[in-house]
Amino acid sequence: MAGTLVVAEHLRGELRPVTFELVTAARDLEGPLTVLVAGANAAALAEQANVEGVDEILTCAAGPEEFENDAAQAVLEAAIEEVEPEVALLGFTINSMGFAPAVAVKLGAGFASDVFAVSRDGGSVVAQRSFYGAKVNAEVEFPGAERVVLLLRPTSWPPAEGAGSAQTRDLAAPFVDSRARHNDYQEVAAGDVDITTADFLLSIGRGIGEKDAIPQFEELAEKMGATLSVSRPIVDAGWMANARQVGQSGKTVKPKVYLALGISGAVQHLAGMKTASTIIAVNTDPEAAIFNVAHYGAVADLFEVADELEKLF
Amino acid sequence: MKIVVCVKQVAVLGDEVEFTDDERDVDSDFLDFALNEWDSFATEEALQIRERHGEGEVVVVSVGDEDSEDAIRRCLAMGADRAVRIEGEGVSRDPISLARALAPVVRREEPDLVFCGVQSSDAVQAATGVALAELLGLPRVAVVTKLDWDAGAKTARVDRELEGGLVDLVEVDIPAVLTIQTGINEPRYATLRAIKQAEQQEVAVVEPEDVGEPGYAVRRMFVPPKGEGAEMLDGSPEAIAQRIKELVEERMA
Repeated sequence: MAGTLVVAEHLRGELRPVTFELVTAARDLEGPLTVLVAGANAAALAEQANVEGVDEILTCAAGPEEFENDAAQAVLEAAIEEVEPEVALLGFTINSMGFAPAVAVKLGAGFASDVFAVSRDGGSVVAQRSFYGAKVNAEVEFPGAERVVLLLRPTSWPPAEGAGSAQTRDLAAPFVDSRARHNDYQEVAAGDVDITTADFLLSIGRGIGEKDAIPQFEELAEKMGATLSVSRPIVDAGWMANARQVGQSGKTVKPKVYLALGISGAVQHLAGMKTASTIIAVNTDPEAAIFNVAHYGAVADLFEVADELEKLF
Repeated sequence: MKIVVCVKQVAVLGDEVEFTDDERDVDSDFLDFALNEWDSFATEEALQIRERHGEGEVVVVSVGDEDSEDAIRRCLAMGADRAVRIEGEGVSRDPISLARALAPVVRREEPDLVFCGVQSSDAVQAATGVALAELLGLPRVAVVTKLDWDAGAKTARVDRELEGGLVDLVEVDIPAVLTIQTGINEPRYATLRAIKQAEQQEVAVVEPEDVGEPGYAVRRMFVPPKGEGAEMLDGSPEAIAQRIKELVEERMA
């Protein structure tokens, strides 16, 4: 029982960036580092996965080309049986959510998700994750577990780079009939705006309270020369189009200035904007998580600040 | 037609925090409680299917202590038919333990569909539903933003929301466990009258079976180090706005 198994994630023929972040996290753990690449196009993807620090790549071409959770589960279970890793690392992504917890409960493994730090204390793995709206962090341990499955928060580790010298070998995995089958992909309608190319985003969240407040911020954004973007609750409520949503399920943005009004800073939102050059946040809650990534913050009523901004621009 | 909706009462932490003496959790005096936002969407989705079908039963199941029945009753007030509370004392709050506590109760109901919220706002684990599906031996789809199912049909079509605004169109065999994403519908408000009525409704209470080792155990909780943190802008709204204007002009130059 040793080493780390990293589960590569891919979409439409490309490894996703989180895969390389997982490799970085795995390099800090002891023992050999194996990367699992599963899917009909595994051989081609394996070359992309051969980065510095990887000792071995397991490819498994069984199963469908695109993600289906039954197949992903069967392959991961076969790989764990083959490699017998102490730790299996996956991204805390939509795909992983669909099968990693099933593997953990089936194998009786330790399990934690949205993990942003991993270390060892003595021989044991200790992970860090947040609770209570990211206002509190915790160290969690895995008593009695021979094996630990961890889903790591994307963009928490730098991506591994550099050419690797890993050996590649095939893994035989059982064929399974998928009970949930991929039919097609669909892009969310692009809409009339591309927030990913804007230099200045005025971003509004749940704090605006009601739909009737939207026009005020549309006007303010125009006055300030900003593009209006929103956090998830605004889209969920149907107040603004999907195309303006910042966050994991929306767009990742990197403007020069990100001015967040009434956004508390859910992890999934922060993932989409935390690399903005300058982040300014206004929120009534002094403990709001957005202040942890903001460069400038103000604990204030967003409407009062917005009214003053209106006069200044 | 029967749909089981697994719900959770979540804790909301205010401005101040103190920890329990063993430092493994937040002192509950500093927490407020509410129905998990994702679960209100899951409940609404079940109710809409029942209403479209014209008959059927929506059963709410939750793991929690007696105080957590407020969340369950909120679902009853929305229109759920029946509720079961699995006594939460002694059940660890990690998703593996929760799934093991839920599984026997959900299995006995023999539902056509099982809904869970994608995640709970206080723990963001996004795992209980899929672990539950494994224990039940059922197909599952995580992070569902659209569901198209005619009661009685052997398959359903669902949209699965991927990162970056991409949608995966999936066909899933029924019965299945689906984890429901916010925004899939517009959860109804419970009327005051319905809330009052729900207070009188019986909630069946069952003891959990042995849930074994937890997926994890909390060793220590602490307030996150602030890092460099934000430079706070103080003063009146006018002063704050003035400073924001200066910052914007400086950074955009």
